[in-house]
Amino acid sequence: MTVSPKIRDEKLYARLKAAGLSLAQEANIRRELEAGGTHDLPADEPAGDGDLQAARARGLYGYHDLDGRQHLPAMQSSASASIRSIDELLERDRLREQDGFPRKINVGRLIKPGKRGKDKVVIVPTTVEEKLLHDSSFRSEEERSSGGSGDGEEGEVIGEQPVREEERPGGGGPGQGEGDSHEMESNAYDLGRILTEKFKLPNLKDKGKKRSLTRYTYDLTDRHRGFGQLLDKKATLRKILETNLHLGNVPDVGHIDPGRFLVAPEDKVYRVLSPEKDYESQAMVFFLRDYSGSMEGQATVLVVSQHVMIYSWLVYQYAMQVETRFILHDTEAKEVPDFYTYYNSKVAGGTQVSSTFTLVNEIVERENLARDYNIYVFHGTDGDDWDHDGTQCVPQLKKVLRYASRVGITIAQHAQEEGQRTEVEKYVRASSLLEDQPRLLRMDVMREDANEPRLIEGIKALISE
Amino acid sequence: MELISQHTKAIMEGCKERAAEVGLRFDPETLEYLVTNRDLLELTPKLMIPTLYDYWVHDVEVLKEKGRYELYPSNPYETVINTRPAISYYNDNNPDWMNVMIFYHVLAHIDFFQNNLYFRHTWDYDFTGQALSDKRMIAQLRSEKGRWVDYVIEFARSIDNLVGFHAELGRLARAPETPRTRMLDYYFDRFLQTVRAAKPNQYIKEVERYNACMQESPELGEQAFFAEVFRKYPEFDALYKRSLEAKSAGRQDVMQFILEHSEFLNKEKNRWMKPIIEVVRKTSLFFQPQIRTKIMNEGWASYWHEQLFLKDDRICGHEVDFARTHAGVTAMPRVGLNPYALGMRMFQYIADQGDTGRYTKEFRRLTDAWEREHYDRHTGAGRRLLFRVRENLNDFLFVNTFIDQDFVNRFRLFVAGRRLNQTKGVWEIYVKSRSAEEYRAMLMDGLYHPPCIEIDRSKTGNGALCLVHRFEGKPLVREFIANTMLGIEYLWGQPVQLETSEVVHTEPGPGTAALPGMQMSLSEERQRREVTWQRVRYIMQDRKLAREVI
Repeated sequence: MTVSPKIRDEKLYARLKAAGLSLAQEANIRRELEAGGTHDLPADEPAGDGDLQAARARGLYGYHDLDGRQHLPAMQSSASASIRSIDELLERDRLREQDGFPRKINVGRLIKPGKRGKDKVVIVPTTVEEKLLHDSSFRSEEERSSGGSGDGEEGEVIGEQPVREEERPGGGGPGQGEGDSHEMESNAYDLGRILTEKFKLPNLKDKGKKRSLTRYTYDLTDRHRGFGQLLDKKATLRKILETNLHLGNVPDVGHIDPGRFLVAPEDKVYRVLSPEKDYESQAMVFFLRDYSGSMEGQATVLVVSQHVMIYSWLVYQYAMQVETRFILHDTEAKEVPDFYTYYNSKVAGGTQVSSTFTLVNEIVERENLARDYNIYVFHGTDGDDWDHDGTQCVPQLKKVLRYASRVGITIAQHAQEEGQRTEVEKYVRASSLLEDQPRLLRMDVMREDANEPRLIEGIKALISE
Repeated sequence: MELISQHTKAIMEGCKERAAEVGLRFDPETLEYLVTNRDLLELTPKLMIPTLYDYWVHDVEVLKEKGRYELYPSNPYETVINTRPAISYYNDNNPDWMNVMIFYHVLAHIDFFQNNLYFRHTWDYDFTGQALSDKRMIAQLRSEKGRWVDYVIEFARSIDNLVGFHAELGRLARAPETPRTRMLDYYFDRFLQTVRAAKPNQYIKEVERYNACMQESPELGEQAFFAEVFRKYPEFDALYKRSLEAKSAGRQDVMQFILEHSEFLNKEKNRWMKPIIEVVRKTSLFFQPQIRTKIMNEGWASYWHEQLFLKDDRICGHEVDFARTHAGVTAMPRVGLNPYALGMRMFQYIADQGDTGRYTKEFRRLTDAWEREHYDRHTGAGRRLLFRVRENLNDFLFVNTFIDQDFVNRFRLFVAGRRLNQTKGVWEIYVKSRSAEEYRAMLMDGLYHPPCIEIDRSKTGNGALCLVHRFEGKPLVREFIANTMLGIEYLWGQPVQLETSEVVHTEPGPGTAALPGMQMSLSEERQRREVTWQRVRYIMQDRKLAREVI
């Protein structure tokens, strides 16, 4: 099975073409095919003239004494510092609405631009102080100029900056890399904490003998030396013997005289009360992402942002006890090991939505997951599918619905397709699965310019009871 | 936060003596604190004023993408704050030689705060002390009124960039005048010319009559003159009083006007809101001069720390360390603007101009290039000129007056432009222009300049407040209008209107099918498009925003 993706896509295209395609459909497919590209994870250092960029980003008022003179970097409230008051802030925001004022707090990803394109993604509550201000952005990028000094004739080019970096919405961004995997996890935890009150996994059923996800049991299981709640006599005796052996105080192991033992306070082993987590989880969440060529740009940002939020919330709320699986698909689906890879893999290639559901079915069947787990599936796509009427996709989806507790499909619709339904939306609606199984299947269609609150609304729609 | 050690304080006192010798003037009392990162975390959102009032937004990351620095009329990250005594903050582990450099920098800042006339309104009181009492007042109100205090702060802050800073300065700087002469001005300048439309011979007759009155009795002459006026024009007195009112109201900024005229705020149960708005307004006024003198202030401090450090006998052996640190901060960036570097070079240039006598009419009239280049009258007036500039100018005037072609040539400055190279897929940064005029224009465009929004009293009737944005080539940030006006409506208690100018949106032509990732053709399209403007009116009523084209 080592066919190159390109050839695989071409073959599929030929087959579909033989079956008959409309002009628009064919154009979509050709575009994805010709776009080329691979699903690599991004390289560490994006090329570019770091100094030039840093200078541009700074501007006249970006210079400050403490930074310049004393090398104290500008302080910004870190996520962990501001997280303290987050509950209070959200409560305040809720009250605002009650008082008839619009909400002001956004929870979202904040991108801090750094030198050499090493932007840092931090998840924090943010707000904007709105005032009547002048807006220079009505002028195009080219009309804005800056200062400079040194050599060069008028008109001479003195530096270059890749366009790509400019296009990245707020730098970094999903589907394009940035951040390392550890950062991803800790950020996710913070965001999850913010989201936690808003959601709850729906249709959670008891499966097998396993206990609830969030319950802790307290038991005298941990051992502690020196002091504690209950003396563990056996362990203590063992320890005393060991100490005396080391001290050479046991001349004959055949005849041990306990009366001669020296007892150090450290030798006493106690049992102490400790929380016992139930590591056995009973929910498994699949994240599926379309990373075909058409997902370029905002569509991927939206889908991944939403999945980041769901994932973050799971990490926090269920303390990592919900198992998560990540699947990426173009015309073929593959499972990836962690959220980092899932988050950062670049878009390329064609689209076959059915492939991803097929893979989910395979995994569930192979590992016999349906018996022990509540299964949740979240799929994000832009709605393009080479399988236009869902002849392959809908049966697979039906199969998933047989065991899943919830399937949530997010469609981030491209701006130019506004008003008309995308292929995925069309065939899912046509299948009448939404009406037949409203508890199990949810679909959220949003426009490409959706913002963070809209994403949260979307999550609500996907996972509400 | 703790005070610096006695050893370091002794260094500071030494710096003060040397700085005073060269003519810097500042209060001898200063406070220096060591700060940790933790302290800074709390100080930064409070703009380095430890006693500033509490506000929840300070706990949240504030996004500054739009309007960037314009959101804050100040630099939230300065070493020195303009208080009495001046307070400055230091890193714990600075070596002595570096402290000497920083102390000179700080002293020059203090000198600037205490002598530049744009800071005139901050000279007579200690801001930290006042802020502390304000903070307590707000805390007290918060315990009574709860979150409504924060709404008032929020809405007041949403218009705190519209304060009449220059009017405030004008009030302080105006020479005292007698009411009589003001009436005289009105009579001759306005009443006779506009209201009566007097013919020249009538006008001259009145002037002669006035002179005659004054000659007869220098003390009572004016009174006698006006006795005749009152008899002749019974309406004069009323008109004069009305003109005075209009004049004082014209100088009221939006916040003052709302404070004075809002029926909502003047209701008994809402009166508690007024002091909060006053606090926000005062705070904004306090910070205004700082952002308007960024280039000058940093240039001045950099100029003096260089001059003074190099002459200081206490730090021999650290010249190289100094050179490295100093250059790191004051080197001209290849692309970009550094206020330290630019300001310092401008002061060097001004000192030079003064010393050679070039800041004179005589020099300006010279057209011969060779003569201009070798012009030197050895007047030695450089330092005097420096101190005059430091006292009287702000960034706008500074840039406008002293950036000329000689300056741009001397430091090989240019305007850096950006253009798209489609084939390579890169932005090219290129030398756009080396003309002083364009360099100045580029700088001016980047200077802090809040929109000028005034109250149109003629249209402010029937309760509705009518705001007019004076068009200066830029629109307002549109997505902020709704919430800002919501706040104004709340404080005003009745509908609010705002007239402003916006770009007329023309649809991009065909052929730019919006393919994902095709921004290039769009930006090109935009560039070719002529920008056309239209006046629009926003109306905020019952928390709903409507927009109409005028």
